[in-house]
Amino acid sequence: MGELRLMKGNEVIAEAAIRCGCDGYFGYPITPQSEVMETLMARKPWEETGMVVVQAESEVAAINMVYGGAGCGKKVMTSSSSPGISLKQEGITYIAGAELPCLVVNVVRGGPGLGTIQPAQSDYFQAVKGGGHGDYKLIVLAPNSVQEMNDFVDLGFELAFKYLNPVMILSDGIIGQMMEKVELSDIKPRMTDEYIAKNHGSWATTGKPGSRNRNIITSLELDSAKQEKFNHKLQAKYAKIQEDEVRFDTYKAEDADYLIVAYGSSSRISKKAVELARAKGIKVGLIRPITLFPFPVKELNGFAKKVKGMLTVEMSAGQMIEDVKLAVECSIPVEHFGRYGGMIPSPDEIVAALEQKIIGG
Amino acid sequence: MKEEIIIAGFGGQGVLSLGKILAYSGIMQDQEVTWMPSYGPEMRGGTANVTVILSDDQISSPIINSYDTAIILNQQSLDKFEKHVKPGGTLLYDPNGIINPPTRKDINIFQIEGTEEAGKMGNAKIFNMIIMGAFLKIKPIVQLENVKKGLEKSIPERYHNLIPLNIEAIQRGMSAVKEVQKV
Amino acid sequence: MDVKDIIKEENLVYKKSAIITDNTMHYCPGCTHGTVHKVVAEVIEEMGIQDKTIGVSPVGCSVLAYNYLDIDWQQAAHGRAPAVATAINRLYPEKYVFAYQGDGDLASIGCAEIIHACNRGENITVIFINNAIYGMTGGQMAPTTLEGMKTATTPYGRDVKLAGYPLKITELIAQLPGTCLVTRESAESAVAVRKLKKMIRKAFENTGKKKGTSFIEVVSTCNSGWKLSPVESNTWMKENMFPFYPLGTMKDI
Repeated sequence: MGELRLMKGNEVIAEAAIRCGCDGYFGYPITPQSEVMETLMARKPWEETGMVVVQAESEVAAINMVYGGAGCGKKVMTSSSSPGISLKQEGITYIAGAELPCLVVNVVRGGPGLGTIQPAQSDYFQAVKGGGHGDYKLIVLAPNSVQEMNDFVDLGFELAFKYLNPVMILSDGIIGQMMEKVELSDIKPRMTDEYIAKNHGSWATTGKPGSRNRNIITSLELDSAKQEKFNHKLQAKYAKIQEDEVRFDTYKAEDADYLIVAYGSSSRISKKAVELARAKGIKVGLIRPITLFPFPVKELNGFAKKVKGMLTVEMSAGQMIEDVKLAVECSIPVEHFGRYGGMIPSPDEIVAALEQKIIGG
Repeated sequence: MKEEIIIAGFGGQGVLSLGKILAYSGIMQDQEVTWMPSYGPEMRGGTANVTVILSDDQISSPIINSYDTAIILNQQSLDKFEKHVKPGGTLLYDPNGIINPPTRKDINIFQIEGTEEAGKMGNAKIFNMIIMGAFLKIKPIVQLENVKKGLEKSIPERYHNLIPLNIEAIQRGMSAVKEVQKV
Repeated sequence: MDVKDIIKEENLVYKKSAIITDNTMHYCPGCTHGTVHKVVAEVIEEMGIQDKTIGVSPVGCSVLAYNYLDIDWQQAAHGRAPAVATAINRLYPEKYVFAYQGDGDLASIGCAEIIHACNRGENITVIFINNAIYGMTGGQMAPTTLEGMKTATTPYGRDVKLAGYPLKITELIAQLPGTCLVTRESAESAVAVRKLKKMIRKAFENTGKKKGTSFIEVVSTCNSGWKLSPVESNTWMKENMFPFYPLGTMKDI
């Protein structure tokens, strides 16, 4: 068993990055995720593992540093919160277009605009539907505990390198600011230059030896026919990810008449709502998508044959509900309950919404 | 065992660190814990609060709107949180600066003269540990030896020489807490 | 005497650098990019650092620079080459990293990135092609476009009341403590090209010695954008660009 600590989600992101052998973090301060870089700077990982930490001049510069580092075949990451993630979209689409691995953490706050610094889940569309321009997808992981903030850093890098695709951890101000017990991962050494040359040498810019052709990191293709072909390749990759990488969790779903669908911190609050509703005799369960792309389409479709209705609970005006409706092919009623703009739903409110919108409706 | 606690007061009273030490003490006793602060500009000299949950089982929501115990350290927080104590629950408060004391009849109410006791000890910084002692006297959910371990984990090593003083403050809080109303 | 008698090793007076690929360049005839590419390639070859050099190409005419120099390359988003180069340099501190940027890329959209990379003293070389116009997008105004100069977006000439003043970014860069070499060169003549090569070599050597950021502006022509012949462009540059952008080294420490 690894070391047990009481830590904030944001602090754990930093600690997990060091422990999983991350080579570089490039960031810019923004509430409520500033503890990520603060923790890294206090830990001085460059003395311990050689990991590089740079406070960039902007979120735009930070994500382009990630592009540069990822292009070198290194394990690199950034973190930010909603307004900063909007600024990073340019770099993210270039990274997706150049097929580079990296990790982006979004500790979501309410919007639009400068919005609020309080937690929200209103960046779902941005995370799973592209965000930047072009036909691309991120792999999106939605932790609902500080422990998963730890676990998903390593998992995120593993998936990023497996598919040469950017991975996003879609967290929020609750998970980022909350402290919980966490079992930290064991320390993994960073990749050596020899390892990178051997395993990523076919694409990474490590300096061209005489033994191979030059490597070029680019997302530019002026020949439309070739660009279409490249897009086909990307789509095939996303289909494979959809097939192989769906992750989800259920709670009291087996005998349920109704299902709450919620991810991230909403799923924690919804779990409490399930307990409260069950105490009232309502047979309700919870399904929690852990990967938002790939979305658990088949699994939700399967549950649609067993339950009478679904309630999505999101700290947004209703975004994931669109994917739930598509997944169940509108075969059962699907309704949304949300608090947003930085407000957090209470378990009682969720039970009330379930009774009014699904059971009564 | 499951205890859902709100700790609320002014920024600078050690509200967040009291919560953190309590949560770390829970971990030392093999409990599940969550610590969820209010954050942002409201903390700059204004009110600060933190929700701490200790439980033998996995904790579902870290965010709740009714509490087993409210630890209240200023008037604003009393006004805000008194109504959110569960019926039969507990309210512990420091009467220093309280003009309108709690009025509910369906909850247990305790007082701790934390500010005064800290003054007697000649160290305002251990105020929050006096409060901790008062709470643990009412709700002995964590053993003192685990609180000591929790302190060791939460306090930077260079301040470990202050742990005996903190323990002394906890013990002082335990003996100074007064019952106001029992239901 | 036929051609075979002439093409012999001992008669060779000029040879293309081995770093230059056989790809046909897309640059317009008379464009300065080709000359600067050649010089960079020669420096890399002469220093024997092909396996240690990573170039970062911009958005602009030289976006495809990676087709012409046989080294590893990253193509950066518009203006972000210094940020990309920063990360490569930090992660591979023993490599020679250079950013190759035009005036729109470096002095307009990428102003923040270049200032901060230079201010941090990133151990990189920056080659800045200033032809006072956006070449690739079709001859629009650049931050370095001269007052009164006609472009696609200043059809009546650059009016400083509307469009502000031409930006002497290199003078700004020279003020930053992170830079070790800041110079303004050209490629208008064989003499100028030799001087340019000397400075680019010095910049790469600075990288090898980890001295900080070396910044080389090359005042250049864009005969297509300027709507002049290559020869007229060279003359126009000397008469109009050089007085406003005087050649010479501003900093060399």
